[in-house]
Amino acid sequence: MDCTGLCETLFRGGLDQGIAQFISLLAGVLLVSGVPLVTVIFLIWVERKIAARIQDRLGPNRVGPFGLLQTFADLIKLLIKEDITPTAADRLLYNAAPLVAFASVVLIWGVIPYTPYHFGADLEIGVLYMVAVASLGTLAIMTAGWASNNKYALLGAFRVVALLVSYEIPMVFALLVPVMLAGSMSLLEIVHAQGGMWFGIMAPISAVLFFISAQAETGRAPFDLIEAESELVAGFNIEYSGMKFGMFFAAEFLHVFTNAILLVVFFFGGWYGPLWQEPLIAFMWLGLKASVLYFISLWIRNTVPRLRIDQVMWFNWFRLVPLSIANVLVIATVVKIMQLLNLAPRNLIGASFGEVLPLTLVLLLANIAMGLIIVGQLRTAGQTARVAAENRASVRAAIGD
Amino acid sequence: MEITIVTVAFIVFALISLGGAIGVVTCHNLFRGTIWLMVSLFGAAGFFVLLSAPFLAAVQVLVYIGAIAILFTFAVMLTRSISNLKTRFTRLNINIAAAIALFVLLVVGVIGPVFILNPDLQQPVSSVTRTTIDLGEAFARGNSFALPFELASLLLTAAMIGAIVIARESDDEV
Repeated sequence: MDCTGLCETLFRGGLDQGIAQFISLLAGVLLVSGVPLVTVIFLIWVERKIAARIQDRLGPNRVGPFGLLQTFADLIKLLIKEDITPTAADRLLYNAAPLVAFASVVLIWGVIPYTPYHFGADLEIGVLYMVAVASLGTLAIMTAGWASNNKYALLGAFRVVALLVSYEIPMVFALLVPVMLAGSMSLLEIVHAQGGMWFGIMAPISAVLFFISAQAETGRAPFDLIEAESELVAGFNIEYSGMKFGMFFAAEFLHVFTNAILLVVFFFGGWYGPLWQEPLIAFMWLGLKASVLYFISLWIRNTVPRLRIDQVMWFNWFRLVPLSIANVLVIATVVKIMQLLNLAPRNLIGASFGEVLPLTLVLLLANIAMGLIIVGQLRTAGQTARVAAENRASVRAAIGD
Repeated sequence: MEITIVTVAFIVFALISLGGAIGVVTCHNLFRGTIWLMVSLFGAAGFFVLLSAPFLAAVQVLVYIGAIAILFTFAVMLTRSISNLKTRFTRLNINIAAAIALFVLLVVGVIGPVFILNPDLQQPVSSVTRTTIDLGEAFARGNSFALPFELASLLLTAAMIGAIVIARESDDEV
């Protein structure tokens, strides 16, 4: 490994080369991992304020200007709470579960490219790594539910694991589309391949599929039966209090923002923006786009009611999985035909806007066609449901109920 | 034999795998046993990385730890009395002796002549990291692994259909 920059400065200052390399690597790691950890502090405030405004109230506004220091107040409160472990709980697993849950979210940030030159690691299997690490969170929730030695926590954990494992399937199928279009699983190359045209314009249905399954993966409304706050009193983390609960809490909030950033990286151009393209401005574009998508996810969370577990499962297995498979098949066929007809570049990395335009238009047409079919089926399903409901109502009225 | 970072990594992953395996068979609590199993599978994923197969390492974590081990956990939780198993297998000594004898036989008869005594096989594993593209081409090329790939997917489909048929509730109206 060549020793440049901070490493070289330290080396010329007299440190041993190995130690200089270690310190410069450590500084890089701290910078890369500092971004999610600092973001989560700000995110909690954003979430509470926006939720409050949508619900026609003010939100935290006492602690600090506009309530900005509310997160710190909550943090201090959680830290000074008593560290309770239930008597019959499995001590080691009970204490380790929140750590694994938080780690599984922060580990995803290791592969996200902030700019063309600043990223944690450019793994060749970036997408697969991301999905594998996210599945560790499932494990943590299962362990938390069991180790609490509480049958309600266990039931909550069962439902959560069923939900999370089921919604990984449409998420992975939706992620196959950017991987196919970019020709690589590395997130850096996927963003580079969007220089000509964003994948969200080439394949909007995949973006919507990924958004829906990511919402379900993190347990956001309408899928927030994981910890339905007003009903189950927190589901699998009933027995957790203090900082351990704080870890689950922070992990969930960070996971939603992680999904927003992943949506931008995979479908909405990553760091590409319309005007300036310097690396730091690129980072700002990434953050801006991710914030817009995060706001949309918050908006949906505070607007729609909750679904039941059987409705959620039915929706996944009867609607999302067939749709995502059909989506991958259609897009693969269209892309291959276009490449055989020499209308689309073989390698999207470095392709310009004009080269990608025919492929974009054809894919957009295919997506619109699929979208019309889906909307038509939704309409017929809605009509049959309405007719059935009216029949039931008229039968009851005829009986004289 | 020089101690490089690869050797250290190998020792670490070997300790994780074997430690997890020992934890699985000696733990009194079945749920903790499945957690130890996940630790052991992590060690196997580490070995895949050392063998220049990062794709397989990620797939190992995703499939084994993220799905199969969770299935094990569900199965364990649906059995009764999984903590503090009281019955002990009393004729342990003869089994320990048989296991050690088998291990010695394996080392002397198979691993010794093949790996230790044969210097050709003591080279490091390929320093060329095959990419995922190579793996994909190996699966898709007709003269490569396409047929085993298709047979494996046929097997998986048959297993899934069988599972659905077995687990289906019997509808009397159908």
